[in-house]
Amino acid sequence: MSEKVLLSSKEINIILHRLACQLLETHLNFENTVLIGIQPRGKFLAQRLTKILQEEYNVKHIDVGFLDITFYRDDFRRGDKTLEATKTKIDFLVEDKNVVLIDDVLYTGRSINAALTALQSFGRPKDVELLCLIDRRFSRHLPIQPNYRGRQVDAINDEKVKVMWEENDGEDIIYLVNR
Amino acid sequence: MSELSVKHLLGIKYLKETDIQLIFETADHFKEVINRSIKKVPSLRDITIANIFFENSTRTKLSFELAEKRLSADVLNFSASQSSVKKGETLIDTVNNILSMKVDMVVMRHPNPGAGIFLSKHVNASIVNAGDGAHEHPTQALLDSYSIREKLGDVAGKNVVIVGDILHSRVALSNIFALKLQGANVKVCGPKTLLPKYIDSLGVGVETNLRKALEWCDVANMLRIQNERLDISYFPTTREYTQQFGVNKKLLDSLDKEIVIMHPGPINRGVEITSDVADSKQSIILNQVENGVAIRMAVIYLLASKIK
Repeated sequence: MSEKVLLSSKEINIILHRLACQLLETHLNFENTVLIGIQPRGKFLAQRLTKILQEEYNVKHIDVGFLDITFYRDDFRRGDKTLEATKTKIDFLVEDKNVVLIDDVLYTGRSINAALTALQSFGRPKDVELLCLIDRRFSRHLPIQPNYRGRQVDAINDEKVKVMWEENDGEDIIYLVNR
Repeated sequence: MSELSVKHLLGIKYLKETDIQLIFETADHFKEVINRSIKKVPSLRDITIANIFFENSTRTKLSFELAEKRLSADVLNFSASQSSVKKGETLIDTVNNILSMKVDMVVMRHPNPGAGIFLSKHVNASIVNAGDGAHEHPTQALLDSYSIREKLGDVAGKNVVIVGDILHSRVALSNIFALKLQGANVKVCGPKTLLPKYIDSLGVGVETNLRKALEWCDVANMLRIQNERLDISYFPTTREYTQQFGVNKKLLDSLDKEIVIMHPGPINRGVEITSDVADSKQSIILNQVENGVAIRMAVIYLLASKIK
């Protein structure tokens, strides 16, 4: 197994600021927009973007939620292990809101598909956009594309993109791991 | 740990402490799901579950059925009173006939102790025991412990007294196993005639004075007299039973602490518990019912994920 650094902490920081600005450009004051991080790893990205928007771009209030998609996945009973759930925390209605789904890596698109189904349990959003930090292109199984992307990566099948966050893993860094 | 150590849920006796924790953690997620405006998840859309009830049930049957439907499973309901069992069919034949219709899981209630275990050895499906005679009722014990955990933060170290007809109660036995496994202190309280002879071997205390038992406990789980299982007279009159072992508001208010009152249902109001106690803020009886659906969703989800 070998690891290659894809993005350093400094590069991640620049990308996060760009993504925050792009969100700001479309959603202005976030009055009718909610951010939803897909559990478990999209949560950190959603929190980080919220922090930048609030602290550096003076957005007063942003609704942020976390969505667990375990019970909506299409691979239940197809692997060896029981799929373990994490916490869903959405304290607001998504009815008629502009929803931005946030995840760290976009790969086959199946997680996003599950997230779109899961989202329906919380109402009918006005529209749904997708933001991802890493877009593994040419690997989609479904017709799903991001509206905002941090970096596009060509990773072949047995490679894995590993996103680490300071608050969880000690430092911001993204690796391309060869299994 | 991310999966159960068992393939069937036949009794708490066969579970490990980590299994109980996994069921509780999963139930936490399902409790959030069933409080959404759309209370359904698609996980079990390719699973078919048969609910086979050879004994009457309201709460448990509805709760299982709702849990299965919330998980998007297909559900078959079968009551022995309207079936070929009346025509002399054996249990294995009945179940195998149902299984040949491609059923993946069987939820069964049966009047004979060990019926679930027997079935699990003879048919190829995941079995969930929904009560087997006076033996075990594992999902009830799980939801009881889950409700205690929710109300008091933890089960370990808590003092729990189970009051009533211990001898004929599967709820009592499953609760004793579950509570002991999680490190709670357990006492049983009831007329001596309704306490099993070898109750000491389960590692629980025995108290025949209700007031003393209530003074000791944090939680009192009140059980009904299982009239349908009483073949002889175990106490002189219902009125005398109520005087000795019934909980009323006056008795509760005279204790120097506020204890939690539980009841697995069905309640015989005015016998083991008065209406003002059952409906008081100390009672978590309806929380138990709500938690029952989340617990059963968790059990079914975790067992179904082991079906290949």
